[in-house]
Amino acid sequence: MWTYERRLQHPVNIKERNPRLAQVIMSQFGGPDGELAASQRYLSQRYSTKNRKVAGILTDIGTEELAHMEMVCAIVHQLTKDITPQEILEGNFERYYVDHTLALWPQSAGGIPFNSCFFQSKGDPITDMIENMAAEQKARTTYDNILRLVHDHDVCDPIKFLRQREINHFQRFGEALRILLEEADSKNFYAVNLDYLPDMCK
Amino acid sequence: MDKNSREKLFACITATSFVLDDLRLYLDTHPDDQEALDYWKKVQRVRNEAVEEYTKCFGPINSYNVDVNNRWTWVDEPWPWEGRC
Repeated sequence: MWTYERRLQHPVNIKERNPRLAQVIMSQFGGPDGELAASQRYLSQRYSTKNRKVAGILTDIGTEELAHMEMVCAIVHQLTKDITPQEILEGNFERYYVDHTLALWPQSAGGIPFNSCFFQSKGDPITDMIENMAAEQKARTTYDNILRLVHDHDVCDPIKFLRQREINHFQRFGEALRILLEEADSKNFYAVNLDYLPDMCK
Repeated sequence: MDKNSREKLFACITATSFVLDDLRLYLDTHPDDQEALDYWKKVQRVRNEAVEEYTKCFGPINSYNVDVNNRWTWVDEPWPWEGRC
């Protein structure tokens, strides 16, 4: 189970509202390479993984992604808090506002709703670790893209923190992949699905 | 304790928690690294003390530690996503 801790993993305190930027950053909540997809990817993959270390890293990174989702949502919330109808129109926020007012709803910056096809849970740990390494890189690129558009230090600071975490997670998934290969059965020379081997010669 | 020491104590919880968050992932893939294990122990102790002190003076950050008298206080304080400003 999970318990809630009344704090963000890294502080978010934004003074200046900016609905246009909020619309862009919201992609890291419900977009294709966002934190919701990341958390569900790792927390879904872990059940069928037989390697205990890999299941551990999936659980702990998946949990951290939930905290990142909360940070992204805090950024979007603070960027749009109490904005006026005029600010909504000037910031091109009206098409989001009409359906969700100032609430958080998982969608990409372009308005595509969250979809579990953004991630895979394949049941083959090598396939999954490579998917996860790619996912961390895609999220890192998205944060790079966001950082080019941000000039407010209050927004830059937590985004840079999140970007750095993608790099650390990439490293850990790379190690998880190495562990899988090191601990694989030598009879399974081609490292076919290490978690499902009904046909392997006994 | 004043507002200033509250912020300092909270910053200490944030910082030590983050060290443990990152170390946890490292230890998942390097469970026998003695240097990392010693570092875990050291930071864990500082974090435990900071959380205990903060909870005593300003209330719990985890609802299992809510002290109940005549009112449920868990929902009185601002939520973390509200920010300071």
